[in-house]
Amino acid sequence: MKILTANRLADGEAVWFAKDGSWAESIDVSDVVADKDKDGEARLEAIGKAAFENNAVVDVNLIDVDVVDGVIVPQRLREKIRAAGPTNRTDLGKQARPEASHAA
Amino acid sequence: MYRYDEFDHDFVNARVAEFTDQVERRLAGEITEDQFRPLRLMNGVYLQLHAYMLRIAVPYGTLSSRQLRMLGHIARKYDKGYGHFTTRQNIQFNWPALSDMPAILADLASVEMHAIQTSGNCIRNVTADHFAGAAADEVADPRPYAEILRQWSSVHPEFSYLPRKFKIAVTGAERDRAAIQVHDIGLHLKKNEAGELGFAVYVGGGQGRTPMIAKKIKDFLPEQHLLSYTTAIMRVYNLYGRRDNKYKARIKILVHETGAEEFARQVEAEWAELKDGELRLPDDDIRAIDAYFAPPPLVQRPDGDEAVRLARLDSKGFGEWLDQNVITHQHPDYAAVTISLKGIGEVPGDASDSQMEAVADIAEKYAFDEIRVSHEQNLILPHVARADLKAVYDALVEIGFATANSNLISDIIACPGLDYCALANARSIIVAQNISKRFASHERQREIGELKLKISGCINACGHHHVGHIGILGVEKKGAELYQVTLGGSGDENTSVGEIIGRGFGPDEITDAIETIVDTYLRIRLDPGEKFLDAYRRAGPAPFKEALYAGEIKAA
Ligand code: SF4
Repeated sequence: MKILTANRLADGEAVWFAKDGSWAESIDVSDVVADKDKDGEARLEAIGKAAFENNAVVDVNLIDVDVVDGVIVPQRLREKIRAAGPTNRTDLGKQARPEASHAA
Repeated sequence: MYRYDEFDHDFVNARVAEFTDQVERRLAGEITEDQFRPLRLMNGVYLQLHAYMLRIAVPYGTLSSRQLRMLGHIARKYDKGYGHFTTRQNIQFNWPALSDMPAILADLASVEMHAIQTSGNCIRNVTADHFAGAAADEVADPRPYAEILRQWSSVHPEFSYLPRKFKIAVTGAERDRAAIQVHDIGLHLKKNEAGELGFAVYVGGGQGRTPMIAKKIKDFLPEQHLLSYTTAIMRVYNLYGRRDNKYKARIKILVHETGAEEFARQVEAEWAELKDGELRLPDDDIRAIDAYFAPPPLVQRPDGDEAVRLARLDSKGFGEWLDQNVITHQHPDYAAVTISLKGIGEVPGDASDSQMEAVADIAEKYAFDEIRVSHEQNLILPHVARADLKAVYDALVEIGFATANSNLISDIIACPGLDYCALANARSIIVAQNISKRFASHERQREIGELKLKISGCINACGHHHVGHIGILGVEKKGAELYQVTLGGSGDENTSVGEIIGRGFGPDEITDAIETIVDTYLRIRLDPGEKFLDAYRRAGPAPFKEALYAGEIKAA
């Protein structure tokens, strides 16, 4: 499964493309595309490209995730850390802001 | 300390204005990311995992109290209350917003600081021995030459688009504390038989993917030729350095492929054209820069010995700190102090806003207003009267910066790694924290003795793992973190690149593996005077391999 992620241009905040069409500060509300849904991936890619060109976000990437018990979990540690914050500083990043990490 | 002249002020202010305009146009959507990216990088602005990162230059690691206080202010106002001192004697902020960059750079400019040339394929911040101007074993202060190089290299039109980034380090002592042999150019300031100052010139060292030890291409370059000869090196590199392959673009590859002798010949040929031209440094100019680095007025403080003796009787902690973190100064009544940013279990190189301000206050009160950043990610007070050492110690205890571990196993270098860095493959910080906690006991660390442990989160080697007595490199294997261990590296006057000891270790195994290595050393050392590095050089990898992997070999 895949979701779309980027960093917001103005402040660099890690964001994910959400089901409601916004760029959310939490991974939990991401618009998830099923495995092998090539059309879905192409749709997300087009959204990412447009958002990049509109200068809303930078560093746009489609990333692999699993949905475990309804929770979106990135496959790579890198993306897990982006979604939560530094593992050595749980007082920082999304993990320190429940409203961001559990926006759903 | 160097003070900006009118030119410096105008130059930095003009750059702040220029970049402010560029940021505004970017935020307004008038320039694209592709256009903006090189501009932001020229001003030290990176994009990392969670946010932008701003890398600020600390020329040759020298800061005044006012400057350090400003860094604390920036940490508080624009960041999340802390900064990270790096192995290039710089400081990085992990969370600033792009929209705040203009304000941050303006604040920095107000204390004669900037972020220019902290990224990009140009000559980066020139680094120097952090005990420069203080260490008893120094021939002369290397910083005036670093400053001359800084002025010459700042937005140098010919050297702003090199094949790759370029790092220069300078030391003024036989004992190399600036790791000059793993820099693109390493300069060892020394005196010839006639008592004149000049440099042994090393070129083509570096870490990263292809670690190389620099080759000495000149035994003695008279000081007035510093710029002409460096220019000659840069020209040869600029002309022949590879631009077709990023991984082969550093000067180390050129020197390696050309051969040091032939490379030196090419430099000499280029230099012959330049040496008596306008790049020859007039003696008056050198001495004028020298004057900025004149030692502070070190008045006699003969009460130091007695004060230290009494304080030692009074406080075990002070005695331990004195033995570990305080070194001999050129002046017998003074000492140079290492402020450990490596408290047990803390993040190597991190300092909070209030810690920065407290260090600034201590430096103002007891250390002639001067602080250094070491490439080992500690802070240094280069000039402290021995009579004031106890007061400094007490003040450092207050802020958790008095850990007596300089050069011991918990004095770990660690890059930001996967907790922050967009290029990382694995985490570094947590590995450092776990090892530090495992070896928390001061007695045990003392028993182990000098041991430099260095950790990088990817092959770029910002954590200098190649030259760690024990080096740890984080890699990604099948989506998980794996840590490769190298032994026998060293970044001093006898530089060596560490050798991979065997298969890597998972995050849950690495601390145990390090402990096994240390225990093996304790077992095989000839006597407590034989340091880890010496024991490894004598005994080789075999006993360490045996201890780490014997079980597996038998099982297989
Ligand atoms: S060594 Fe790699 S992970 Fe560590 S700071 Fe450098 S680029 Fe990032």
